[in-house]
Amino acid sequence: MSVAVKQTPLEARLAALDLPKGGFSAPARAAALDRLAAMGLPGVRDEYWRYTNPAELNAAGAPRAKTFEVKDEEPIFDAIDRIRLVFVDGVFDADASDDLAAEGLEISRLADADGTDIHWASALYGALETAGQTPVARPLAALNTAAATDGVLIRVTAKVSKPVHLIYAHKSEDSDPILHHCIKLEENSELTLLENGPAGARFNKVLEVDVAAGARFHHIRAQGRDHERRAVTHIFARVGAEALFKSFTMTANGVLTRNECVIDMVGDDAVAHVAGAALGDGAVAEFHHDDTVFITHGAERGESRQVFKKVLKHGATGVFQGKILVKPGAQKTDGYQISQSLLLDDDCQFLGKPELEIYADDVKCSHGSTTGALDETALFYLRSRGVPHDQAVSLLVLSFLADTIAEIEDETLRDEISARLEAWLSRHRD
Amino acid sequence: MLEIKNLHVKLEEEDKAILKGVDLSIAPGTVHAIMGPNGSGKSTLSYVLAGREGYEVTDGSATLMGEELLEMEPEERAAAGLFLAFQYPVEIPGVGNMTFLRTAVNAQRKARGEDELSAGEFLKVVRAKAASLKIDAEMLKRPVNVGFSGGEKKRNEILQMAMLEPKMCILDETDSGLDVDAMRLVADGVNALRDAGRSFLVITHYQRLLDHIKPDIVHIMADGRIIKTGGPELALEVEQNGYAEILAAHGIEGVL
Repeated sequence: MSVAVKQTPLEARLAALDLPKGGFSAPARAAALDRLAAMGLPGVRDEYWRYTNPAELNAAGAPRAKTFEVKDEEPIFDAIDRIRLVFVDGVFDADASDDLAAEGLEISRLADADGTDIHWASALYGALETAGQTPVARPLAALNTAAATDGVLIRVTAKVSKPVHLIYAHKSEDSDPILHHCIKLEENSELTLLENGPAGARFNKVLEVDVAAGARFHHIRAQGRDHERRAVTHIFARVGAEALFKSFTMTANGVLTRNECVIDMVGDDAVAHVAGAALGDGAVAEFHHDDTVFITHGAERGESRQVFKKVLKHGATGVFQGKILVKPGAQKTDGYQISQSLLLDDDCQFLGKPELEIYADDVKCSHGSTTGALDETALFYLRSRGVPHDQAVSLLVLSFLADTIAEIEDETLRDEISARLEAWLSRHRD
Repeated sequence: MLEIKNLHVKLEEEDKAILKGVDLSIAPGTVHAIMGPNGSGKSTLSYVLAGREGYEVTDGSATLMGEELLEMEPEERAAAGLFLAFQYPVEIPGVGNMTFLRTAVNAQRKARGEDELSAGEFLKVVRAKAASLKIDAEMLKRPVNVGFSGGEKKRNEILQMAMLEPKMCILDETDSGLDVDAMRLVADGVNALRDAGRSFLVITHYQRLLDHIKPDIVHIMADGRIIKTGGPELALEVEQNGYAEILAAHGIEGVL
């Protein structure tokens, strides 16, 4: 007599994966599997998945997604002198990438490094992800640590002027990459990380960043030009004393995108800014974009900013869940959070959940969340000066997004992002 | 220049007539003033001419240099040479004043089939015109009208007018919220633009602006119509006696 045992969704997901054994990362991968087994996959009943249905991110197989060939514009960041690291459908492409050797940088590919048992990244791989699992479980990040097949491991030992650019390419309609990157910035070092491109039909990515005392990390990411994207990304950062962490993400389109950012400010006088500008047009394909941020102040005089704006049209949905947690003793914390959406028509929705949790008595924390339509008076004002309707709308939308773009320190990068946003707006005029 | 015939306008949302047959003919190079009590329809007239939404023209016409104005989009009216200086200039956070000016100037040039101004050419012109209105470089850099004082906002309106070089300028209560010095500055800016090919329609409550911007013709508007037209002396008469007498003579109850 045989008993049919129904597979749980997690069992089904794991069964469909070819889990790497790992070399240096093996203990972290095994621990992640245990964590994942204890947590299970996320569901809509979970507090932090109420607004975003994770079913397609959980599923054993990735929904197919058409590849998208961009012909009408130059690749983003192309004019910038940078070190390019290319992943095609989640596999590192050495031929398309630049030389990994660069001054002040030690770069290795995860798949290569995992051929050995000893690597500097063994202290980082999965460590920040593990720390980021409390108080809120992030099962898809644990899944990533357990199952990632590739990624980059970067150790930064000096101020590096050339940005490192992770370029993703999507060539197979059913690719389902899981990438895990680790970046360790040694004391007083500096790095700018650029990221863009469609990674695959479905994408699960974790980026762990350890910013040691006095170090500075800048992250500018562009998600776009792949309308059928389903992606879950996590950034886990630890920010040391007098260190700086800045991350900006531009998102255009995407059926389902969940960007989580979990920042632990462990040193005094640390600075962490995370910003996002999302543009969604439900007429092209479904659009659901979710920014979920959790910043923990665990030391004194920390400054954190969350600046998220979404422009939505034709049934697009935007979600923002942002939290500032100030631990006991984290005095003189300065925490700021703003989430705003601009609804360009009546059938869009924005779901926001700002949270503050404060256990220190001498802090300054504020948050705000707004949803609104385009300012008709301003639109008329611009038109009355001769600016055509569509151009006036673009100008107002860009002005709405300006606070997020201002979070990018480098002027060239800021202009590049502004130009991309403007180009999107001109492609999506009614 | 501007010909308004029997213009009837109501609010789009409700059945309320605001303009009840306005007739106005403005010749090139002339300055007309419209005075009148609150609620007489002065600002509505300016908005309808500029193309603001929310109004419905139920009868009549308005042409600018022979072109049917009321059928054009607001930006087309601007390109055709119409300019409205707002009573309450709008704040646009996130758009630099300079960007705004340059976008507007070049959009109009493009609409008229002219070459766009280069950044350098534009900068030269705008700096000279801004200086004469005592608008400093800092004000040009700030977001449009954000954090501007009342006087700065109105000077900024005149700067836009100077940059866009319209044919028909409508000034909607440009004197409101201005102290004497600011009013003189604004008036000087307007007077510098007066020429044979350009006309002005100055809407105001008070005669004092007309001391600085001398009108050729003064109209009194009440209850949605122009009830009296005269020379500059009409403005003085209003200043001395108020509107009550004129309104009573036309059987209109004062709404002062």
